[in-house]
Amino acid sequence: MSSSSAFNDDKGGSSSIGEPEYGHDPASGGIFSSDYKRHDDLKEMLDSNKDSLKLEAMKRIVAMIARGKNASDLFPAVVKNVACKNIEVKKLVYVYLVRYAEEQQDLALLSISTFQRGLKDPNQLIRASALRVLSSIRVTIIVPIMMLAIREAASDMSPYVRKTAAHAIPKLYSLDPDQKDQLIEVIEKLLADKTTLVAGSVVMAFEEVCPERIDLIHKNYRKLCNLLIDVEEWGQVVIINMLTRYARTQFLNPNANESLLEEGTEKAFYGSDEDEGKEEKVEAAALVAKRKPYVMDPDHRLLLRNTKPLLQSRNAAVVMAVAQLYFHLAPKAEVGVIAKALVRLMRSHSEVQYVVLQNVATMSIKRRGMFEPYLKSFYIRSTDPTQIKVLKLEVLTNLANETNISTILREFQTYIKSMDKDFVAATIQAIGRCATSIGEVRDTCLNGLVQLLSNRDELVVAESVVVIKKLLQMQPERHSDIIKHMAKLTDNIQVPMARASILWLIGEYCEHIPKIAPDVLRKMAKSFTNEEDIVKLQVLNLAAKLYLTNSKQTKLLTQYVLNLAKYDQNYDIRDRARFIRQLIVPTDKSGALSKYAKKLFLALKPAPVLESPFKDRDHFQLGSLSHLLNAKAGGYQELPDWPEVAPDPSVRNVELQEVISTSRGRIGSLGGWPEVPEWTKCSSREKRKEKKVEKPFYSDSEGESGPTESADSDSDTGSGTGSGSEESGSESGSEESEGESESDKEEEEEKHKRKSKSRAKKSTQESEGSEPSSEDERKKPPKGKGPKAASDSESEEEEEEEESSSESSESESEGESESDTDTRMKQKTCASKPPPRQPKKETEMSLLDLDDFEPTPSPQVTPVNNFVSSSLVTDLEGLSLSDSALSPAAVSPASGPVKSYELLHRITGEGLSVSYCFSRQPFSHDPHMVSVQMQFTNNGDTEARNLRIQEPKLQSGMRIAEFPEIDVLPPGETVTMVMGIDFSDSTQAANFQLCTHTRKFFLTIQPPVGELMMPVFMTENEFKKEQGQLTGMNEITEKLTLGETCQGDAAIVQRVTSTASLSRVPCGSEMKCRFAGKTVTSGSLVLVTIVTREQLVAQLTVNCEKMLIGTMLVKDILQALSQ
Amino acid sequence: MIHSLFLINSAGDIFLEKHWKSVISRSVCDYFFEAQEKASTPENVPPVISTPHHYLINIYRDKIFFVSVIQTEVPPLFVIEFLHRVAEMFQDYFGECSEASIKDNVVIVYELLEEMLDNGFPLATESNILKELIKPPTVLRSVVNTITGSTNVGETLPTGQLSTVPWRRTGVKYTNNEAYFDVVEEIDAIIDKSGTTVIAEIQGVIDACVKLSGMPDLTLSFVNPRLMDDLSFHPCVRFKRWEAERVLSFIPPDGNFRLVSYHVNAQNLVAIPVYVKQNISFFESGFSGRLDITVEPKQTMGKTVEGVVVTVHMPKVVLSANLTPTQGTYNYDPVTKVLAWDIGKLNQQKPPNLKGSLSLQSGAPKPEENPSLNIDLKIQQLAISGLKVNRLDMFGEKYKPFKGVKYLTKAGKFQVRT
Repeated sequence: MSSSSAFNDDKGGSSSIGEPEYGHDPASGGIFSSDYKRHDDLKEMLDSNKDSLKLEAMKRIVAMIARGKNASDLFPAVVKNVACKNIEVKKLVYVYLVRYAEEQQDLALLSISTFQRGLKDPNQLIRASALRVLSSIRVTIIVPIMMLAIREAASDMSPYVRKTAAHAIPKLYSLDPDQKDQLIEVIEKLLADKTTLVAGSVVMAFEEVCPERIDLIHKNYRKLCNLLIDVEEWGQVVIINMLTRYARTQFLNPNANESLLEEGTEKAFYGSDEDEGKEEKVEAAALVAKRKPYVMDPDHRLLLRNTKPLLQSRNAAVVMAVAQLYFHLAPKAEVGVIAKALVRLMRSHSEVQYVVLQNVATMSIKRRGMFEPYLKSFYIRSTDPTQIKVLKLEVLTNLANETNISTILREFQTYIKSMDKDFVAATIQAIGRCATSIGEVRDTCLNGLVQLLSNRDELVVAESVVVIKKLLQMQPERHSDIIKHMAKLTDNIQVPMARASILWLIGEYCEHIPKIAPDVLRKMAKSFTNEEDIVKLQVLNLAAKLYLTNSKQTKLLTQYVLNLAKYDQNYDIRDRARFIRQLIVPTDKSGALSKYAKKLFLALKPAPVLESPFKDRDHFQLGSLSHLLNAKAGGYQELPDWPEVAPDPSVRNVELQEVISTSRGRIGSLGGWPEVPEWTKCSSREKRKEKKVEKPFYSDSEGESGPTESADSDSDTGSGTGSGSEESGSESGSEESEGESESDKEEEEEKHKRKSKSRAKKSTQESEGSEPSSEDERKKPPKGKGPKAASDSESEEEEEEEESSSESSESESEGESESDTDTRMKQKTCASKPPPRQPKKETEMSLLDLDDFEPTPSPQVTPVNNFVSSSLVTDLEGLSLSDSALSPAAVSPASGPVKSYELLHRITGEGLSVSYCFSRQPFSHDPHMVSVQMQFTNNGDTEARNLRIQEPKLQSGMRIAEFPEIDVLPPGETVTMVMGIDFSDSTQAANFQLCTHTRKFFLTIQPPVGELMMPVFMTENEFKKEQGQLTGMNEITEKLTLGETCQGDAAIVQRVTSTASLSRVPCGSEMKCRFAGKTVTSGSLVLVTIVTREQLVAQLTVNCEKMLIGTMLVKDILQALSQ
Repeated sequence: MIHSLFLINSAGDIFLEKHWKSVISRSVCDYFFEAQEKASTPENVPPVISTPHHYLINIYRDKIFFVSVIQTEVPPLFVIEFLHRVAEMFQDYFGECSEASIKDNVVIVYELLEEMLDNGFPLATESNILKELIKPPTVLRSVVNTITGSTNVGETLPTGQLSTVPWRRTGVKYTNNEAYFDVVEEIDAIIDKSGTTVIAEIQGVIDACVKLSGMPDLTLSFVNPRLMDDLSFHPCVRFKRWEAERVLSFIPPDGNFRLVSYHVNAQNLVAIPVYVKQNISFFESGFSGRLDITVEPKQTMGKTVEGVVVTVHMPKVVLSANLTPTQGTYNYDPVTKVLAWDIGKLNQQKPPNLKGSLSLQSGAPKPEENPSLNIDLKIQQLAISGLKVNRLDMFGEKYKPFKGVKYLTKAGKFQVRT
């Protein structure tokens, strides 16, 4: 090929025209010569001094490589061009080199000097690409050069080059594992790097080279957590997976206590002997008490908090990584957040669906409740690929329970008719599993399956037979007619597995069908020689069993079958025949064994357990390849068990001095490279603010896990409690407002407030004294700790400093608040009846409540509100709600008379009467639950024991947190308990059973719509803004005439707040009353406006995203106001 | 991580291979072929195949199998997601991701793969960055290249990797500054035999085409942002602002990109735009069947339903169909057993109807199940959830951009059971 024609060929921008010639080369011997010639051609082009020719030649060579053709003989000609000036030629030469250097090591060495020169180039991209190629050519002899290059690049001032260095580390490691120690040094250095560009790559290198050196992470842990959101998506995946492992070694199991308790209750729940169950529960509780109350490490919290936003990533791998992190690390109550994101992934490509469904299947066994609201998302479409269908079935089966089984079975019914027979078979098995796990539907399922026996498709019938066999084994005596029906099927069914199953059933339960069994054996004997092996074995079994039970009729038949089997081709069958003959046919030689023949053959067999194949798969880290394959893949890092005792958390503290020096050093060497990009800076400020806003959510949802607040809020707790509860109230209120309004003016005010407060705080802390001495060392010298912790919203310091200093203050502030709560408890006990319990335990418990409670949005700052003053009292009582008994009257006289409802009348309750009211306190264990205060009175003359709740029958999405069991309720006594119900924002009733030691009562709690919400504090402007967004369908307006007694602001406010749990929005106008709240479960805003027109005429407007709630609320308020 | 990549066409030819670490023989693909043979359809090939020494993770896209070879533990989604990203990049560069276009541009493909992965670990996957490193082929450029002898590799070194906004290159210049947003919503639904909705949900995406000079900072706000539940964002979107204010604030990448995808709050009722009356029955005697389908517009919010196509996967025994449509055309493919009825626009007054007989294979038992209908439709200028863009604000640049928003509703997986 002449050079000019080659030049013309270039029209397509690539070698498109020249290519087909190579493309259709058959791999025959004759080609070699022409190949050789053509290669000469290429060599010529490469040797020319025209760049365009070289380029053309290189393009063709790359095309050859891409097709897998051998181009190694061109190596000498190509390597010469490594120093070519043309960038594209150079690039393609690099591609070639990386591919063939390993094969031609000596020649490859010729190119090394070019790269070494490249490493010194002033352009960072050239340095990076030189290192990239140098590290990619797998030639052992240059290991020392590579090592040197990596070391140098690791301290390059360009983060891009440092990233390339991180990538080069695993390359060198795979080439020469002996370099490990030196490489670890480099990794350690790069781990300290603060740019997001490097973070992902270096963690990847860490995972490949030294995943066991978890100690290298300590100092960088907090930095990695904080950088995470800005790291590129692939790096995020690697970092999250690594941090999951790290957290498993460093923190305590947040669910340890719960799982213990749960085991206890579960046993009590299912246990036949209730007393025994109770004892165990007490034991468990004692065990829990023995353990120290769980306190989540702030670093653990930091990880959970910083990964959560990533659930919103567009990258499925990132979402999955966060999901597995939450599954493995988060307290049970918080794991739920991942469900929505995972369900979202199911709308992605089918491969993504496949992997996600596998993981969902595993999760849904452990945490069924998490996916229950999304049940319908797992419904199967006829267009789904079979493998997806089967996985969805698996999930549906795992999610089945008493409440949803009817819908699921109805779905299954449509699936059975599918054309995809593999899928039908899987559906039948799924029905079988539902039948075994849910007793109520066993008969329905069985009937359905029996109907399938007359299906035309043999596969369907066969599968049904197998499943029916398993089900019958659980209760054979009731189903002899089914067994008879199946016996008839032996004439038609040809599928060996099904035939074998039927024969086994007949043999096992031959006494139920004494007439049919011998006949079946007769037929089988006839066709014995033509049967499959598994069928033959079962024929033998049947024969043996019949011989033992009914030897009169079947003796000869058995002999015949045994004789046939004796000469079978399969040795298994021959063996079996011999074995059976010796056992059952009495001869003089047969020994003692034949006496036990009956026991051997007719022993009771345990019913099979139909289990999900995904059970216990979660011992593999979710989302990993090993989990998917259910086998350990090479290089899989086992997820360690939680430690019994947490290792020293102080290892993660970064010494301040060091941080400053290193960061300063780097800024210098970077030559003005911005350390934090501009846009991240602004977002990081937002982030900090965000933290404040998010706090209430976290601390609320922590529930039982105790005072697990993260560092910054801990200091808040300390400060709040330090300067009196009055102030703590106002502070939490103002934080709320800060979060909701972004206006700068407010921020400014905020700063002022904070400054003044911090001063006060400082003094209290000093007076409190007793700061740990280690504190001083960590503290930044010029700044006092108090102001710093308080003013963190304005300080532009490094996150770590903040983190470490406030973290170290934690223990101290905890102590403070503890003592403080003591005083509060005293205050409270003056007002309430029950005597204070053991102080130790009490403080622990209430400390927990304090944390939960403090940031909850409450209308405390509202200046003109009439229940402001009383809210403090309510709050104080809120502290003890969860564990001590308070009479409802004492709880919340503030927000008007609390309406009490009767739950169980004393006549129907045989002396026991129960009433309940909605106390409008945040339910401390779960912010999405409405707390229901129940008052139990024993009007009878015997004591009631073991009052507890059982078997809640709930609509989907609803949940109940039961109250702790009441052991004894003596006659005449009254006890108050609080339980939480998540009505999932509907007024559907929650049904459950109340059990005493003797009786069960079916009870129903139906909430008025006004109790499904909680107050939210808002300013007038915010209110208007939010209202503007909830117009159209979401707005309901009604005219009304006010009732005679309902005139004036105060009356209206009183009526509205007693109807619905809302808080008043302060406003200037006399004629307008505004109220704001949000629904408890989903947090949708509920905005109520009442405008008084003339004397008795008013207009009511309700804005709520949930139209149903809006409509009902309008009705209720109308009624309340017009009375 | 990712060791090698093989591209395989539907005929089973390996037409491209790329190795990032040492070379792995293409014979490893035999395991894949084995699995492919077992699977009835390409979609049913398991995405992860375990072989004695390697693991094969593959995706099937645009009639091409992307088979990657893995040697050690790696999150499978990581690889799958990456492979899809590769396919998208091909689409982006060549306008389509097909065997022909890949073969035509094999050098660019190779350069792309080289940049996207380093030692098996993703390096640059942002389209903006890659386009700066490797110029996409255009007709004009190839002509210019031929004349000047220059190449499709950028002469100047890219700055993108190093800019503060990793997804946007610096120095973008347009004479017409425009920003277009497409709000596209898909209805996924299963309707049962009696016409009641088993499940219906709305998935939406906002695709953007932004051609703005400089470094614009955009804020997109909605009239009713709360409709959107469970969003996933392009990395450019500031998550915190969304959380706090429910506005999308971002510095856009240059060109086309998907800004967010969202799911409409499940508690909102989904309007089903069409109502399908169907009656398909098969008879044992005479080996025939009847089919009668009528599609009526239902809740369409006053818009016209267009592009309606009804697809039915018939049971194997159906040999041919003899039908008469009152509107549109139908086609029955006796090989794939797919009946497709292309209706076009739905007429409010006279609902289109397809009626006639099916002939079955004689001797075979009649099918027990009726096939389900898959409906495809489009409604222009309507987002079925009612989502509305409020306004688009731009900061950071002085010029006035041209802005536009388009709404479109489509049927996603819309299935009527019969």
